Amino acid sequence: MSNSALPLPAAGAALTRKCDTTGLNVCLIAERFIKLNAVCAVVFLLVGGIAAILLALTRWQAVHLLRVDWFYRILTLHGLNMLIFWILFFEVAVLYFTCTIPLNARLFSAKVAWAGFIQMLVGAVMVDYIILNGQADVLMTSYLPLLAHPLFYLGIILVATGTLTGVFNFFATLYVAKRDRTYEGSVPLVTYGATAAAIIAVVTLLHGAIVMIPTFTFSMGWTPQPDPMWYRMIWWGLGHQSQQVNVCAMVSVWYLIGQLATGAKPLNETVCRTAFLLYILFINLASAHHLLVDPAIGATWKIWNTSYAMYLAVLASMIHGFTVPASVEFAMREKGHTKGLFGWVAALPWRNPGFSGALLSLLIFGFIGGITGVTLGTQQINIIAHNTLRITGHFHATVVGGTTLAFMALAYYVIPLIFRRDFIWRSAARLQPWLFGIGILFVSLGMSFAGSMGVPRRIYDIDNSGAFGPAAHLMLGVMGLGAICAVIGLLLFVVLCVGTILFGARNAGRPMADWGVAQALPGSREGSLADDHWAVKGTIVLTGVFLACFAVYYFANWKALADVWPVR
Amino acid sequence: MKNETKEPFLKRLLDNTWLLLALGVVVPLLSYTAWGWIELLMVKPATLP
Repeated sequence: MSNSALPLPAAGAALTRKCDTTGLNVCLIAERFIKLNAVCAVVFLLVGGIAAILLALTRWQAVHLLRVDWFYRILTLHGLNMLIFWILFFEVAVLYFTCTIPLNARLFSAKVAWAGFIQMLVGAVMVDYIILNGQADVLMTSYLPLLAHPLFYLGIILVATGTLTGVFNFFATLYVAKRDRTYEGSVPLVTYGATAAAIIAVVTLLHGAIVMIPTFTFSMGWTPQPDPMWYRMIWWGLGHQSQQVNVCAMVSVWYLIGQLATGAKPLNETVCRTAFLLYILFINLASAHHLLVDPAIGATWKIWNTSYAMYLAVLASMIHGFTVPASVEFAMREKGHTKGLFGWVAALPWRNPGFSGALLSLLIFGFIGGITGVTLGTQQINIIAHNTLRITGHFHATVVGGTTLAFMALAYYVIPLIFRRDFIWRSAARLQPWLFGIGILFVSLGMSFAGSMGVPRRIYDIDNSGAFGPAAHLMLGVMGLGAICAVIGLLLFVVLCVGTILFGARNAGRPMADWGVAQALPGSREGSLADDHWAVKGTIVLTGVFLACFAVYYFANWKALADVWPVR
Repeated sequence: MKNETKEPFLKRLLDNTWLLLALGVVVPLLSYTAWGWIELLMVKPATLP
């Protein structure tokens, strides 16, 4: 499966420019909306990041910073800005990038892009204003019968419809690109992954509309209150599935950066694309995790959706989790780094923040987020973890350590290529993914261990119960220190992005400044390992380590469950 | 003339964006949403003790 760029029609020449680094045609309309969406994404990331440190310093019981009303207000702000606004704005930027530049295509419609962007921006600002005004202390989930100001729901509806408009623009661009034959063969893998993300986004946003419109009309007093159980089920079709959009986009970023930094190509593209197909079909069913202790829905529905069907999506993640490092190892060995099992690891371009960010994202997502996710999603085990900080520890490893870090890594390429300015403070940029990644690792571990001791999520003051000893408080301290480190990394990222956009050296007319790529040793030759079936033996060993960790964690949790009802 | 080799089924499926879109919407809507909704509709109203 391959693509090759064909010349654009002459009529479109004025609407594009040639990238000085990649030689690809860049649609100027798409470029404008990539910039707009990326800038908004970073602004909402900053808002969510400030909220994050306030929350961490409140849950860290020894500090306990905020007042109780502001804790729930800021928790609402944090959830929506980090899980919805930052992610959706950046994903629209990724969609516009992947449907135009790799396909040598032009964005379908600037008017549609404006319509989507304005809806999203107005909606997001509306939501943040209402929250900070104290009229929506209902947390991100806004479970009924809690009720917020109508503009809160209207804002979320606007963000959803705006994103859906952007997704429509993406699909329309794909259609026109195929019709006009701007590329040959299959779309590149990064575009394919983005397509999977867009498909999942359609289902997600449909659920958003189904649940938010009647809730909005109820808040206006026009209709009766929707059933709270129905609300929970449909809401999680929005809340969890939106994170599956992230997973697809994140995996696409892994493949892209692996190729940019090391020249890695997927070992088998059909297998990778099949893994994306498994995501499209099954990953959305994971929303059922959130309803595992809800009494109104039967065990068959729960177990089918969170286990049997869901494991096909887990298989897809394991395929990607193997293929990305394996393709990197393969590329490195072909470059001559063949010493031992892991000699190639030392030769990786670790000083490239795009690469280090993507690899840290993969490791944190796989080893922490993936293992905890599958374990906590098992119906029986879930009963000892539901609504504890273990859940929060899990999704900070997937959404923050995984997706956010991958998106940050991508920004180290997107900003020089799209804004045409080289990064300022390049030494600080090389440090940033490590600061953020290590910080969020400790956040996740601190939350997970505290949750293992029963510390609940979404609770202002655990000392009220008197149930938690020094070990739980120690783990909350680990979480707090990790949060400080991660937020420093986040603020550094924002300063680097904003500083670069405003003051970075212009790179128009020359290639972007190189972050560093894997170097080939003298005498090495591409294709030299084509028939070597053990060329990725280092990754196979790492996979064995991963599976061993998985097995130990999984069975340790069954043991913990058995201890709840000791029979002696 | 039957010289043209037909592409494998999996490749045709993977390259068909619109079919993937349809499947990606239908499968979760049936497995998660519709089935879950039916389960909720079958819950009888609680009676006071």
